[in-house]
Amino acid sequence: MRRERTGWLPGHAVAVFAFLYLPIVTLIVYSFNGQGVGGFPPRNLTLDWYRALFADDAIWDSVFNSLRVALAAVAIALAFGVAAALALDRANFPGKALFRRLVLLPLILPGIITGLSLLMLFREAQTKLSLWTVMLGHGTALISVATTEVFAGLEKLDRAQEEASLDLGANYWQTFWRITLPNLRLSILGAALLIFTLSMDEIAVSFFLIGRDNTLPLEIWGRLRRGITPEINAISTVMFVFSLIAIVTWYRLRAGGEGQPEIAGELLE
Amino acid sequence: MFSRAYKAAITVPPLAWVGVFLLAPYALMFCYSFWSVSSSQQIVHSWTFENYRELLHVGVYLETLFRSMWIAVRVMLFSLVLGYPLAYYLSFRARKRKDLLYQLVIIPLWVSYLVRAYAWKTILGSDGVLNTLLQYAHLTKHPLEFLLYSPFAVVLTLTHIYTPFAILPIYASLEHIPRHLVEASQDLGASPLETFWRVILPLSIPGVLAGATFAFVLSLGDFLAPLLLGGPSGIMISNIVVSLFGAAYNWPLGAAISFCMLLLVVGLLFLSESLEKKWSFR
Repeated sequence: MRRERTGWLPGHAVAVFAFLYLPIVTLIVYSFNGQGVGGFPPRNLTLDWYRALFADDAIWDSVFNSLRVALAAVAIALAFGVAAALALDRANFPGKALFRRLVLLPLILPGIITGLSLLMLFREAQTKLSLWTVMLGHGTALISVATTEVFAGLEKLDRAQEEASLDLGANYWQTFWRITLPNLRLSILGAALLIFTLSMDEIAVSFFLIGRDNTLPLEIWGRLRRGITPEINAISTVMFVFSLIAIVTWYRLRAGGEGQPEIAGELLE
Repeated sequence: MFSRAYKAAITVPPLAWVGVFLLAPYALMFCYSFWSVSSSQQIVHSWTFENYRELLHVGVYLETLFRSMWIAVRVMLFSLVLGYPLAYYLSFRARKRKDLLYQLVIIPLWVSYLVRAYAWKTILGSDGVLNTLLQYAHLTKHPLEFLLYSPFAVVLTLTHIYTPFAILPIYASLEHIPRHLVEASQDLGASPLETFWRVILPLSIPGVLAGATFAFVLSLGDFLAPLLLGGPSGIMISNIVVSLFGAAYNWPLGAAISFCMLLLVVGLLFLSESLEKKWSFR
């Protein structure tokens, strides 16, 4: 290819990245600010907000609740998402096209619709709202993530291994546990990480399905409405660091396969 | 190669789960939208078109819906204007930095939605970072009030949140363009602009459609950013739904609005999908 002029594109790229990252940087900087969440320049740098955070029981309760919800969501979404990916890959049944769209719908549908429709289901079934209903909501909405990730893994799977296993006398169950699942482990691990992180951050569905115990995002939400202190910046910074660790791990897992992963590209096919 | 039992084992459980916890709730939402609330605040399970009639005849619902769509359209356009050139740069020009820059695009996707909306609140407020910076630099004397609690704040924040959603599918479609087509165009004497206009852009339309759909649909249904940053003039349709399910206590009417949103979203998905098929070159 010819050598092209670079022109304005690099400048544009820098500007877009600045737009994407400045808020995050600001948030982190002001978590060390002695003088509240705004005010330029930041003054009296301090770790007080982190100290306040670590002494804040309500926050830690909500972190613990969020962890429980996220683990349950991973379990539900993986159990049904892996099966759904296998079903889409290798079974034919009436309504398959509809099923595929339905499974993927919560990814693109605004969370409020998924949240409200489940709220109505729980009301009709006279189920009391609690962390359980949130787990169910997250798990169901995130089946979509497990299905996309595992389906992408199945496309790269070498079918000959499964055939060989079956030919050599292993039954389906053995073949599944010894060949199919181990070959999909990177996709499954990647999906689990993605589901976990998305569930930890989820707020739109939780907003409608929560009982008395708050998840972390809802606890933060409640505080935002009561007036804000840099303690919220501090907890946000901690969440950012954990998200960063999760994403670097996920990226390594997926790039360990080949090329760059596509989070969104597969969804609208 | 797989037995019936195997196929049943992988098909029935997800089908049952999705039937009960996705399909049934959406169907229930449809039913609710034809029910009503009695004066003693009970849901009346008899069928009526009253909710849809109210939706069409009480101005505030349609007005808010159109205002939300206008906000979503702006978010979509800004995301494309910011996202497309960046995706193009990543795919065609970034060379060795491609991997790093790609990661920089997806990192914000993993950062909590709430955290980022909150960050904008601390930046845009009247004693927020931006206003105090402007005053510190003696560019303004008084804080700019329009920055926070306005549709501007909502559009800005949602653009920030959904731009990476627009970049990814565009980037994916640019990456799928066979490079020899671009070279052929150049070898046959097309200028870089012509090559872009007649080869690259048409081939990237499916990605643009996917990115635009993401940005539009997700911002249309948003209710947290308007609550946090929108003020009275930044109220969106989902905020009305939230209040109908809360203090205003009219679930059936809320369900009717939600169901219309659901139809709108599904319709848009089909539209964008059929347009994508039309534009894809295979």
